[in-house]
Amino acid sequence: MLIAAAVLFLLLRLLPGDPANALVSVGADPEQIEAARRQVGSDLPIFAQFVRYLGQLASFDLGASFVSGVPVLEEIGRRLTLTLPLTALAFTGAILIALPLGILAAVKRDRWYGSLISVISQLGVAIPVFWIGILLVTAFAVKLRLFPSSGFPTSGWWRDPLAALHQLALPILTIALVMSASLIRYVRSATLDVIGSDYLRTARALGAGYGEALVRHGIRNGAVPVISILGIELASTLLGAVVVERVFSLPGLGSMLLSGIEQRDYPSVQGVLFISTLLVLLVGFAADLVQRLVDPRLRGPSGARP
Amino acid sequence: MSDATPAFAPLPRLRLTPAFLIGATLVGLHVVVGLLTLIWTPYDPTAMTGGRLAPPSLAHWAGTDRLGRDLFTEIMIGARIALSVGIGAVAIAAAIGVTVGLLAAFASRAVDDVLAATLDILIAFPTLLLAMLIVAASDGASLGTAILAIGIAASSIVARLTRILARRVLAMDYITAARVSGTGWLGIVRIHVLPNIWPTLIVNFALQFGLAVIAEASLSYLGLGAPPPNASWGRLLQEAQATVYTAPFGAIAPGIALVSLVIGLNLFADGLRDVADPTRRRR
Repeated sequence: MLIAAAVLFLLLRLLPGDPANALVSVGADPEQIEAARRQVGSDLPIFAQFVRYLGQLASFDLGASFVSGVPVLEEIGRRLTLTLPLTALAFTGAILIALPLGILAAVKRDRWYGSLISVISQLGVAIPVFWIGILLVTAFAVKLRLFPSSGFPTSGWWRDPLAALHQLALPILTIALVMSASLIRYVRSATLDVIGSDYLRTARALGAGYGEALVRHGIRNGAVPVISILGIELASTLLGAVVVERVFSLPGLGSMLLSGIEQRDYPSVQGVLFISTLLVLLVGFAADLVQRLVDPRLRGPSGARP
Repeated sequence: MSDATPAFAPLPRLRLTPAFLIGATLVGLHVVVGLLTLIWTPYDPTAMTGGRLAPPSLAHWAGTDRLGRDLFTEIMIGARIALSVGIGAVAIAAAIGVTVGLLAAFASRAVDDVLAATLDILIAFPTLLLAMLIVAASDGASLGTAILAIGIAASSIVARLTRILARRVLAMDYITAARVSGTGWLGIVRIHVLPNIWPTLIVNFALQFGLAVIAEASLSYLGLGAPPPNASWGRLLQEAQATVYTAPFGAIAPGIALVSLVIGLNLFADGLRDVADPTRRRR
């Protein structure tokens, strides 16, 4: 975590241009610039800036935006109410699509639809997120006029949750489709491993039907590698929301990061990246816990894989 | 890794699987088109050659954009830009990644640990995010910064792969033999390590190429890539989205071009992998 904080800090300080420039108007005299530099702390030596930054992190004070003056943590909290549900819903959608299709593609790999699923997921991995977003907008917003193409109610979720959900339908679908494309491949290969395993053959020999053997013995075994992939996918979706939020002009964490970069608003960029890193670590930790829950063999003192 | 024996062997004869052929054809097509734009395009890419936002027709295969420029011409030039970004980014990623990876593999335990941990952190950052930060750090977006940013972002992945592959080779008995007989570390790299790891690396480069093409399109889409008049596919798509209600066709053709190149590269990499690693049969 400390290393991550240091890397972030250094990367951001490499940005040319003094952040104080965001505070003063064009043509300000040197005195005003000096005052602004003192205010944002960019007149201190870089090491002093870093120590101050670490101290603030420790007390969860992420500073205030150079541009708007709003505390960064508050702004992040507000935007997370959009990004977190968006990611969670899309994630659920992706699992609902990928699990049945992935298993089907493995079990029926000799049938035409088994290979069709594989081919489509291969296609899906090659398609950039934003193009899927644009295509969905073309189909559902322009042609069919079923869903709005962009935006989010300013009142947030609670005024009218259904309207909010309606607004988010296309972004959710976009992320879910992209995620499920790569997920299907992992589910398929995990299922193939299970199908080829000795224990499944034993179960079949002991009289279990194909489906029963797969459900009773396959799911637990196949789930372990898939869960760790899920953790990685969830983390990258959280960070990858940047592009999707731009496609649908949603006021989420990603657009905060983008505008922060454009305006050299260090506290905002640092804050967003710090919180995202924290979330990513939490997701990884959670994935680890779930794995142990599913597979008792991972619970040993060493936690070593079988 | 279940296969204990490393599958490093000299390249066998190229087996031409259908996937490999399709991939090579798609990539080849893009290369030909990209090279062609250096000497000839159907229309002047900056000239207004037809009505604004005209739908596809015989004269304009992909229609025209909001300034009346021929979209097909712009897409052809986009192939050249995508390929040059891919080549540049992969070359940078290969140069940095292979060097760092080899250094880590040869370094003392402590240095290797630090390098490995740093690489893991960098890899945890999505390529695109890292590239965005680098583009923002350089003054103004240009084709060069996009190439540099994507190349640097991808180099951590190449470095990690190189380190793992090189360490596996270094654990072999014949390396001990080479050391005992007095071969220096540079000699070991040249004679033993590189010839053994390059087939796997090449496959990875092909995959990275595809990822670089997507990353460049995404950067351009976000307005952080090559500025106009560079007709990057990402920028074409971004412009098409702005006029999606009046001219929805504009979003189709650049996307198809982009996806066909990436799929071609992925299939090409799959085909190479079958050749480079005979133990890994496709299922």
